[in-house]
Amino acid sequence: MNDLWNQIDLFWTWLTASSQWHGADGIPHRLLQHLYYSGVSLLCAAVIGLALGLVVGHTGRGGFLAISIANIARAIPTFGLVLFVVVIEYSIIPVLVALVALAVPPILVNTFEGVRAVDPDAKDAARGMGMTGWGVLWRAELPIALPLILLGLRTSAIQVVATATIAAYPGFGGLGRYIIDGLARNDYQLVVGGTVLVVLLALIVQLIFAGLRRLIISPGLLGSARSS
Amino acid sequence: MDIDWSWIADHRDTLTEHALIHLRLALLPVLFGLLISLPLGVLCRRWGWLYPPALTIANVLYAVPSLALFMIFIQYTGLTASTVMIPLTLYSLSVLIPNVVDGLASVSEPVRQAAIAMGFGTLRRLMQVELPIAVPIVIAGTRVAAVSSISLVAVGQLIGQGGLGYDIIRGYQLQFQTQIVAATVLIVLLALVTDAILVTVQRLLTPWARARGKAAS
Repeated sequence: MNDLWNQIDLFWTWLTASSQWHGADGIPHRLLQHLYYSGVSLLCAAVIGLALGLVVGHTGRGGFLAISIANIARAIPTFGLVLFVVVIEYSIIPVLVALVALAVPPILVNTFEGVRAVDPDAKDAARGMGMTGWGVLWRAELPIALPLILLGLRTSAIQVVATATIAAYPGFGGLGRYIIDGLARNDYQLVVGGTVLVVLLALIVQLIFAGLRRLIISPGLLGSARSS
Repeated sequence: MDIDWSWIADHRDTLTEHALIHLRLALLPVLFGLLISLPLGVLCRRWGWLYPPALTIANVLYAVPSLALFMIFIQYTGLTASTVMIPLTLYSLSVLIPNVVDGLASVSEPVRQAAIAMGFGTLRRLMQVELPIAVPIVIAGTRVAAVSSISLVAVGQLIGQGGLGYDIIRGYQLQFQTQIVAATVLIVLLALVTDAILVTVQRLLTPWARARGKAAS
């Protein structure tokens, strides 16, 4: 317990030092970089994962292929991909591509599984009400699949926020900067500071998704979602 | 992209050695994760109130970045393999615990009743009926945990324990593409082979799925 208190104390003195709050190495700047990298990658991944997952789940064709590709993508080490592409071309794009590759599989798999698992009776009812293919997808399948889709988005968001720390290794800043610098300089306070900030950010992401779940999911569906 | 094939041929031994270290660092945690989540999942199934807090703790741990978790454990276990393996074990729990619980929940009530009617006690029912039926879902979780663990280990090289992560960082420092590509491709291959082995294990453990002409996965 004493140990934990020391860590909190260490973090607090670091956080409240005034030098942390301005300049290129200040927390606001690093936090914005981190949010920017995570946000852009997650957005791209959501577009790709949702579109593919919805189409494949709705048509029921290519499911095996999509899931297999997603599983192989899970195996690609982000760290290796980032450093490899940065060696070829030094820019932030490779880092974003690697983060997108990391974030697509959970979104794709959950969207696909969610749409596929929609009760055929519900789809029949939607058709019976006169909905066409798109109508069934948007007004029946998507809302029913939403709990699983949100779960996939949450998993990806947390992985991306946590993994964006790697962007600091080839020198693109973000909150990982503190961890990598602290490690290189044997400055434990810096490591703790960066770590706590990333963890807090990840927890905020969790909370946002818990809120979204309450807001946008039909109450009749709550309590039936599970992770995959 | 130029690949220096002769470098790969010359360094076959070191690459193999790093790959073996990599596998050990990645898969022992998944094994420990299973050893923890199987009994924990059974307990959660028994006493339902245990499940939400267990799942929340596992999910919060999952939210901690790997690099950060390695840092936290450095002061307890130093720059050793445990510092990489303990966080990976904790990560695996967030996939394994829900899958064990879901797997046990997938046992249909008539099957349970039939086992009770045949005079199976709680333990025997668990070992001979419920756990075998849970195998496909538990292995599905194990596959995700194993594959992500294999690709995560590379980050451990930042604290000096990364298996093939060594070659990724070395290649980056020397701006030598071949070494990074070789290590990255090897990591993907390790993941694919491990995944294939787990699928085989599942088929061996659930012969009835094949008999029905369709593998459950």
